Amino acid sequence: MTRKFDPFPYLLLVPALILTLVIVAWPLFETFRLSFTDASMRPTYDYVGFENFVEIFQDDFGEVIGRTLYWMTLSVVLKLAMGTIGAVLLNAAIPGRALFRILVMPPWIVPIAIGAFMWGWLYNGQFGMISGVAQRLGILAGPFEFLAYGDSAFYATIVTDVWVGTPLVALYLLAAMQSISTEMYEAAWTDGASRFYRFRRITLPLIAPSIATMALLSAIWTFNSFDIIWILTEGGPRGATTTMIIDTYKVAISRFRYGEGAARAVMILVCMSIFAGCYLALLRGISKRAQA
Amino acid sequence: MINKYRWWELVFIYAGMALFLVFVLAPFAEAFFVSMRPIDAVFRIPYRFFTEDMSFQAYRDMWTSVPMLGRYIFNSLFIALCVTLLALFCIIPAAYSFSRFEYRMRDGLLGAFLAINMIGAAVLIIPLYKLMMTLGLLNSYLSMIIPGAAFTVPTGIFLMRSYFLRIPKELEEAAIVDGASRLYTLWRVILPVSLPGIMVVAITTFINAYAQQFLFALTFNSVNALNPLPVGLYQFFGRQAVVWNELMAASLVGILPVLIVYVFLQRYVVAGLTSGAVKE
Repeated sequence: MTRKFDPFPYLLLVPALILTLVIVAWPLFETFRLSFTDASMRPTYDYVGFENFVEIFQDDFGEVIGRTLYWMTLSVVLKLAMGTIGAVLLNAAIPGRALFRILVMPPWIVPIAIGAFMWGWLYNGQFGMISGVAQRLGILAGPFEFLAYGDSAFYATIVTDVWVGTPLVALYLLAAMQSISTEMYEAAWTDGASRFYRFRRITLPLIAPSIATMALLSAIWTFNSFDIIWILTEGGPRGATTTMIIDTYKVAISRFRYGEGAARAVMILVCMSIFAGCYLALLRGISKRAQA
Repeated sequence: MINKYRWWELVFIYAGMALFLVFVLAPFAEAFFVSMRPIDAVFRIPYRFFTEDMSFQAYRDMWTSVPMLGRYIFNSLFIALCVTLLALFCIIPAAYSFSRFEYRMRDGLLGAFLAINMIGAAVLIIPLYKLMMTLGLLNSYLSMIIPGAAFTVPTGIFLMRSYFLRIPKELEEAAIVDGASRLYTLWRVILPVSLPGIMVVAITTFINAYAQQFLFALTFNSVNALNPLPVGLYQFFGRQAVVWNELMAASLVGILPVLIVYVFLQRYVVAGLTSGAVKE
């Protein structure tokens, strides 16, 4: 018996499909197309082949890629480290933990831009808290404008990004820890295993897949991070915090060089698809292991 | 007992927790202290946490020095609300389709939706800008609502689908046997029992939409009266002499809506945010 074609499930997809086709799929296609043109504010443009790609690499683009990867790696590693520590602390059976769990979330739920405004003040060299406290403690001899120097601005934007991203990592890993059955801990405890030993031999191996998942997701989100850097430094000083996203935005929107900007965006998509490929391979590996 | 801690372990855990919370909450605390100081005390050296002249004056003055503040907050709420409604309109039927029907390309389509999560909106900003220009939507609420909704749909579909999967199929089979149409069944049978799930999706979408209004508004909108809070305040942030106490006061007032939603609906928020990190 051949079943009749049933359009109903497809019809249900129509609103979501229209929205994402117009706002994501078509622009995605356009980005690739424009990357081979010299499009700008002028009404007409020509196809120029790979010229944009050759040009951006003759430019400082290699440097931007390196900086972006370093920025992202450092930020993700810190988020994972802080998130794991946070999850362990939140998982401890101590009075007050329900409250602590509420208190860790705000950086993630408030608008990123507003979090960045607050950090902008914290980094203020003359009057901000970090500089002020550091001077009090004798770490700094005088006022220090964190966002005015390349190196310090670079790390300052990372710290803010870590601040925004850590709560989610902590909560996600906490959920993973809570799904571990208590029997395993009890068995180890009966055998006299210390708390640290139990963490190292039970908790850590069992949440390892979650940590890996979070690492890749977090890498993807961090790679796309725009608001924090744009608000704190706009990619400055002298390009020290210009990541690929910031670079693309500057070229395309601030300087109206659409073709060249699109070529830069395509490079981001290439990096992205590498991460996405790793992510999918990881998920496949996890589900295979779960079945075995 | 296994959960019994020795005293030094407790000290260690609480000390660690305290350090962690200081990192997480210090910016909020400092923003609050700054908002309480008069502007000349803000710029006082050496740095002091408490000053004698603290007051809520900045919370009164900010309405005059940021004349559109109320409007920005309204815009933010309005945009986030519209994003949520538009997103739900797309999410619910799509998630229902993915969870209930077997058809060709289903898993491929679901995968394609989830792949959208990997693409940052900033990457597509050039064609999006041209698209908004062509459609004549630059400088309108829609230019911030439509793209905002599109990027929240994938996570929403995933969340909603996993909720629908948990609802027994017998429920709608009974309704169909009674002669109800399938759309009617979705509307009158499935939606009411999925309300908790819809709440999670709606709250998650709202919070995300409220948190991520910066890029689209910055790029697509130059009418100040339509600006959401982050872009509205950004203009003041960029100035030479930033009136820090009022900027911080306005920021704190601006995050109040999400904080209230969060505190009262905390369980939903946490459920939504943690499962939003797609895993399967």
